[in-house]
Amino acid sequence: MLEGILQGLEAAISLQNFIMVVAGCLLGTFIGMLPGLGPMSIIAIMIPVAIKIGDPSAALILLAGVYYGAIFGGSTSSILINAPGIAGTVATAFDGYPMARKGLAGKALTIAAIASFTGGTVGAILLMGFAPALATVALLFHSAEYFALMIVGLSAIAAFAGTGNVAKALMMTVLGLVLATLGESAQFNAPRFTMGIQDLQSGISFITLAMALFALPEALYLVLDPKRSNTGGAGGEIKDLRITKTEAKLIAPVIGRQSIQGFLIGVMPGAGATIASFLGYAVERNIAKGDEQAEFGKGSVKGLAAPETANNAACTGSFVPLLTLGIPGSGTTAILLGALIALNVTPGPRMMVDNPTIFWAVIISMYVGNVVLLILNLPLIPYIAKLLLVPRNYLIPFILFFTMMGSYIGQNNATELLMLTSMGVAATIMRFAGFPLAPMLIGFILGQMLEDNFARAMNLTDGVSFMWERPMTTALLVLAIVLIFLPSIREQLAKLRRKGVADGD
Amino acid sequence: MTLDRAISGLFLLLCLIYGYTAFVTMEANLLPFELNMTFLPNTMPKWLSVLGVIIGLVVVVQTSPKAQAEIDEGEIDYRNLRQYKLAQAIFLLGLMIAYALLLRPIGFIAATTLFLAGGGMILGERNYKLLLPIAIFTAFLIWYLVQELLGIFLRPWPWFI
Repeated sequence: MLEGILQGLEAAISLQNFIMVVAGCLLGTFIGMLPGLGPMSIIAIMIPVAIKIGDPSAALILLAGVYYGAIFGGSTSSILINAPGIAGTVATAFDGYPMARKGLAGKALTIAAIASFTGGTVGAILLMGFAPALATVALLFHSAEYFALMIVGLSAIAAFAGTGNVAKALMMTVLGLVLATLGESAQFNAPRFTMGIQDLQSGISFITLAMALFALPEALYLVLDPKRSNTGGAGGEIKDLRITKTEAKLIAPVIGRQSIQGFLIGVMPGAGATIASFLGYAVERNIAKGDEQAEFGKGSVKGLAAPETANNAACTGSFVPLLTLGIPGSGTTAILLGALIALNVTPGPRMMVDNPTIFWAVIISMYVGNVVLLILNLPLIPYIAKLLLVPRNYLIPFILFFTMMGSYIGQNNATELLMLTSMGVAATIMRFAGFPLAPMLIGFILGQMLEDNFARAMNLTDGVSFMWERPMTTALLVLAIVLIFLPSIREQLAKLRRKGVADGD
Repeated sequence: MTLDRAISGLFLLLCLIYGYTAFVTMEANLLPFELNMTFLPNTMPKWLSVLGVIIGLVVVVQTSPKAQAEIDEGEIDYRNLRQYKLAQAIFLLGLMIAYALLLRPIGFIAATTLFLAGGGMILGERNYKLLLPIAIFTAFLIWYLVQELLGIFLRPWPWFI
């Protein structure tokens, strides 16, 4: 193994491959900032370039760099204009955007960069040590467990919406799930709920819904209330770039926990960065105490660090099933698998033996990529944060324009823009009434996966008996139910305590 | 009736229609061989509609019409929309719809320039010497980025060219 590592090190540190990492990270960051172009589409676009390079290690290193860069770039648009371009950075916007509104955009970006760096690096270390062992564990997870895991994720998000809001959040989750069933169905390819409208046949696209739920209402709020654009003055305060000692102490344990949790979730095929970031956010919010918990959603540094660490660690984790089993765990790794096969490398259990140089070069280049990303991005942050200083009369049309480009580029369909506008208006009205919008998007994202796994589990056991026949599934489902009722039980207890009833002893 | 109760009422209605489609219409359209299968296209919608109706009822019952609900700082008081720039918001939404309808016929460059310049004007920008060049420059830049560098087709010119 050591020999392999040394070979990989040699390959990764060569000048050509170093240039590849830098180029990949830069390209990924800049394109990733445009909402609508996530890592998946950027990697797909880069495949012809990668194949032209010919050398599989160099090509994979370039693509890995693009992958990391794109995820960091996606966080940037989530934090600055509340426009999460990819599912994995939706949770980043929960606390990142409120921070930017308080005038802490620079600090938020710094935290994001450091959290991503740590998550990615810890992930790479874990990948090196445990790749083969983890691959076998991941295979123990069957569709029934995935189904249960997603239910846990959904109920966790709803449960943490805050006391009194759980029912509303659940309602929005179900609405998201309902929207996810529009279009062709799982396993049957028959159109459902399309009301005969051709444009609905392929369902609602993720990016359109994400833009309609987050970016568009925010832009409309900025228009309606001009005072909003001024609060905090956003950019300018570059002196606030540094993280204070207290903040560092706050986020250090979060980053530590989420690096590991995120990595483990990323290892499981099908889970990936999206679920890792949501679960990371939910877990950190639940274990935070009193005041800190109330901060979540209003610009908590913990709430920003958690999903950022988790999604990068999960990205690294998703390479485990790809490199060791040849199973792509996410859409992005599926595209990477395609690229690998085109380069005449077959990932699988034999890869470590047959092509040790490639295997280790990719892992080593992950470290290098993380370092390069940090070095490139930290100096750029003040300039990126300056974006918010653009006068309102220019900024708002640009935000609206990028929102529309995001949903147009993916489908090349102008109807998508009409859907975007109408759903955006509906989302704004729901936001007026205090309905949380994030659970709806999460429900929508997980809906398709949930139904696929539900279908597979039901077909295997010929019914829903898998819910109580498989211990792990049952445990997860019970956890989900507990999570939903926990806030109201807590509230009841607190009420009793206030009356002095619960203080028995 | 408060706005949130109206929304949850609408949600309830949606779930009932959705449930009717899943339980009745889709059930009737099943093919003979599908009747013996465990998982059908309407299995998940059935579960969801039941769940949705229960949660919808809970929300409708639960939302108590607070006399004057406190508005958080930074939130918008929808009961008093007139104090905000409502006209600007509506015009901008109209502009977005116009962009959607015009994008194909008049091409990306013209539509984008009009949108960016028009948006600025709606928001009160009167410095046309700055606004127009920026709008045109951005339109060309994005078109170049998307079509030439990324290879995603965007029709740049109107239909007659």
